[in-house]
Amino acid sequence: MSKKIKITPEVVKEHGLSEGEYQIILDRLGREPNINELGIFSVMWSEHCSYKSSRRHLGKFLTKGKRVIQGPGENAGVIDIGDNDAIIFKMESHNHPSYIEPYQGAATGVGGIMRDVFTMGARPIANMNALRFGETNHPKTRTLISGVVAGIGGYGNCVGVPTVGGETNFHKGYNGNILVNAMCVGLADQDKVFYSAAKGVGNPIFYVGSKTGRDGIHGATMASAEFDDDSEEKRPTVQVGDPFTEKLLIEACLELMETDAIIAIQDMGAAGLTSSSIEMADKGGVGIKMNLDKVPQRETGMTPYEMMLSESQERMLMVLVPGKEHLALEIFQKWELDVAEVGITTDTGRLVLTHKRKTVCDIPIAPLADDAPNLDRPHVKTPQRPVLAADDARAPDDYNAALNTLITCPDMASKRWIWEQYDRHVMADTVDSSQSGGDAAIVRIHGSNKAVAITTDCTPRYCYADPYEGGKQVVAETWRNLTCTGATPIAITDCLNFGNPERPEIMGQLVGCIDGMNEACRAFDYPVVSGNVSLYNETNGVAIPPTPAVGGVGLIEDLSIFTTLSGAQEGDTLVLVGETQGWLGSSLYGREILGHENNDDAPVYAPPPVDLTVEKTNGDYVRSLIKNRRVKAVHDLSDGGLTMSVAEMCFAAGIGAELKAAPSGVTTQGWLFGEDQARYLLAVDENSVNPVVSTAQAKGIAAQVVGKITGGRLSAAGAFDVSLSDLKDANERVLPDLMASKA
Amino acid sequence: MRTAVISFPASNCDRDAFTALHQITGREPVMIWHRETEIPADVDFVVVPGGFSYGDYLRSGAIAARSPIVQDLKAKAEKGLTIAGFCNGFQVLTEAGLLPGALMRNERLKYVCKPQSLSIVNGKSRFTSGYNGQKNVVLPIAHHDGNYFADKKTLDRLEKSGQVVFKYDENVNGSARNIAGITNAAGNVLGMMPHPERAVDPLHGGTDGIALFQSVLDTAS
Repeated sequence: MSKKIKITPEVVKEHGLSEGEYQIILDRLGREPNINELGIFSVMWSEHCSYKSSRRHLGKFLTKGKRVIQGPGENAGVIDIGDNDAIIFKMESHNHPSYIEPYQGAATGVGGIMRDVFTMGARPIANMNALRFGETNHPKTRTLISGVVAGIGGYGNCVGVPTVGGETNFHKGYNGNILVNAMCVGLADQDKVFYSAAKGVGNPIFYVGSKTGRDGIHGATMASAEFDDDSEEKRPTVQVGDPFTEKLLIEACLELMETDAIIAIQDMGAAGLTSSSIEMADKGGVGIKMNLDKVPQRETGMTPYEMMLSESQERMLMVLVPGKEHLALEIFQKWELDVAEVGITTDTGRLVLTHKRKTVCDIPIAPLADDAPNLDRPHVKTPQRPVLAADDARAPDDYNAALNTLITCPDMASKRWIWEQYDRHVMADTVDSSQSGGDAAIVRIHGSNKAVAITTDCTPRYCYADPYEGGKQVVAETWRNLTCTGATPIAITDCLNFGNPERPEIMGQLVGCIDGMNEACRAFDYPVVSGNVSLYNETNGVAIPPTPAVGGVGLIEDLSIFTTLSGAQEGDTLVLVGETQGWLGSSLYGREILGHENNDDAPVYAPPPVDLTVEKTNGDYVRSLIKNRRVKAVHDLSDGGLTMSVAEMCFAAGIGAELKAAPSGVTTQGWLFGEDQARYLLAVDENSVNPVVSTAQAKGIAAQVVGKITGGRLSAAGAFDVSLSDLKDANERVLPDLMASKA
Repeated sequence: MRTAVISFPASNCDRDAFTALHQITGREPVMIWHRETEIPADVDFVVVPGGFSYGDYLRSGAIAARSPIVQDLKAKAEKGLTIAGFCNGFQVLTEAGLLPGALMRNERLKYVCKPQSLSIVNGKSRFTSGYNGQKNVVLPIAHHDGNYFADKKTLDRLEKSGQVVFKYDENVNGSARNIAGITNAAGNVLGMMPHPERAVDPLHGGTDGIALFQSVLDTAS
């Protein structure tokens, strides 16, 4: 095959390479590439693998910190949580495959992110996700929800890693491109972290895991292009997952990692054998020679091109210490996994592949990585949006109805239908999960008295209106979520989901969000340690709202002191920390009650600004209150403002609340539904009210009593008064009704 | 008391069972790999843990039930060894013929994970005596194939002989007569879908699982 296919301009174009990129290949090789070589360049230089549109901007991120052991550039980020424990984590997108084949797309997204984590020596201890679907009445949405949720559960449940939390939003902007972002958090010993650099010459290269089939060929290229109406024809490029093999692979790899046999290890993710071998060789500064006849194959007659570009799942490549091969053989045979010596590291700096005794690829490795395109795509700043004046944000006709509308809008609806399909308790270290509806999941470090708090978040509404402020807000909200548990926020991973970067306004969103996120990371000393970029989330020229999802991780050093959303008791006082002006621009209230998105020409209003100094001061204060056991329950204020925050706290406690009237200078609707940032709702014992409020005021932090936890109704003076159980029922019914409906 | 936990490929609650048994008995359980052929003679109590043995391929528990160690488990069950299978362990024990009936796909065809209230129907079994008359417990469930099925005659017999130990307080998965856990006729083998090993620490959100293990410990001593 390699000799027969002529490299015409059409073939080059089909591989997603520009003329300029092809010219570089010709220069570096000094000859025309064969089809195998072209395929390898094509996937390595795809947007998905090379980050060619985003790389120069990602370089701005704060990536270092006193707890950072490994920042971006490896399979996942590594942080120090003390006692020789390391937390290894990353979030990654699987958007394009999940839209085409929701079950397998989502399942393999979970499988892939777990491999990134255990490749580095960590046992996965928690999975999270951030999901975005189209409107609930879009004909595809229900099928996509049920497939994605079943796929996430089907994979994670079987592997035995708890899926402890996440977020799910719905918006018409995702009708043609859903987002499935999966995050995995693992635990390793700091002195047993494994990296991917294939150091040393003459070392054996081992292939372990599943056999290679024809699935997923050019998946990375698919993820680097827009969809059109024929995208379903791309179904054969979606990989098929086998969580059973993944579980065996985890156990086998961790068992082998207990020995001293491994020099380097890398999972075969996007672009499979190609990217794993090239990345290992490039980082180690060596060449690689592989005999493709040795690759375990699931199908007969596979060509070198297919083997190198296959994205078959549950496969790893490792470089072993010579003489230790028997250890790998014994362990992988015990776990009944394929294991084969497929090659050796060399000093040539080249990737040389043989197949049926012929050389089918011989290319220098450095250009694949070093010469990967690093584009400075034109970008235009998103225009400044007008601020929605308080007087222009009208009150609802009926506060009870408005409350009901918000609590039953799909974004606010209970996600029980989703998370009850995820095993949240396996491994028996889950302390808090989606079950409580809290701000962050809490997972104990096995056998210790400490825990990690984990959250995922993004408010695309804000990012669309103002990428820079929205980017700040995403990072700030995850920091706030972790703070709500009492955890010290440590670091983040991100999954930057955007449209087509070849359009300057989309590129402007990406750059704006990155700059905003970075500013917040620096303000909180909260670095980015890993992440992924997913571009071309567009269908027929319509891009998704900018969605830079962030996964945050924090440390709870003593599990005898933490808080959740639950825990408020009858008679507790509700204290609001943070200042409320009643910001309703780009708010949930604006969208759901004022109809701000009802037509495409309607003005977009500026989102709430994030004052990072105030954010930090308020958060540090709340964390100190938790440490001093001054609070019983904590919840941040986000979508839907004070009202939604109180309602969720009441749902968790099973007790109602009475809210006082808006203070002077703030409209009632702004007070109840405004989305001003840097705010926390605390349930405080009567005796703690004065110390909590007066200490705050002494520090210049806004804090005030806003109501109390009591009875069976949720009421706000001069506004709503509803039965809590009716409200909860309505909130719980939304998703089950949607998924059961026949329409 | 000497305890043991069997690990099959893709058992994933084996560590949870290990941790719970260690905590409650004060002694580390023996971990037994499925290819081994003999359960050590000094073992008093064997847990067949939850998970997805063999990926639930063919039928949940079906392949594990044919593994070498289960043949010895059957022989020792005959001789009265105390055995408990949780979740996938229950499925393995029915597939192995150590317990009657079968576990089918949940009626609503979805995986379900939640804290579940249960009634203790037989508080005198060697797995429930430690509940001291407590009638209701909350234990986590997490399964896709927990829909217990047996023919009417078998169900009648199980109920009459006190072999039904736990029932769900609601129809959570379609199980016949809401059965959540049963023993064999001799009372030394228990199978149940809920996970007592995930309810042994206040941080789990409940400790209703402790008394189950304590019952076995007390009976053995």
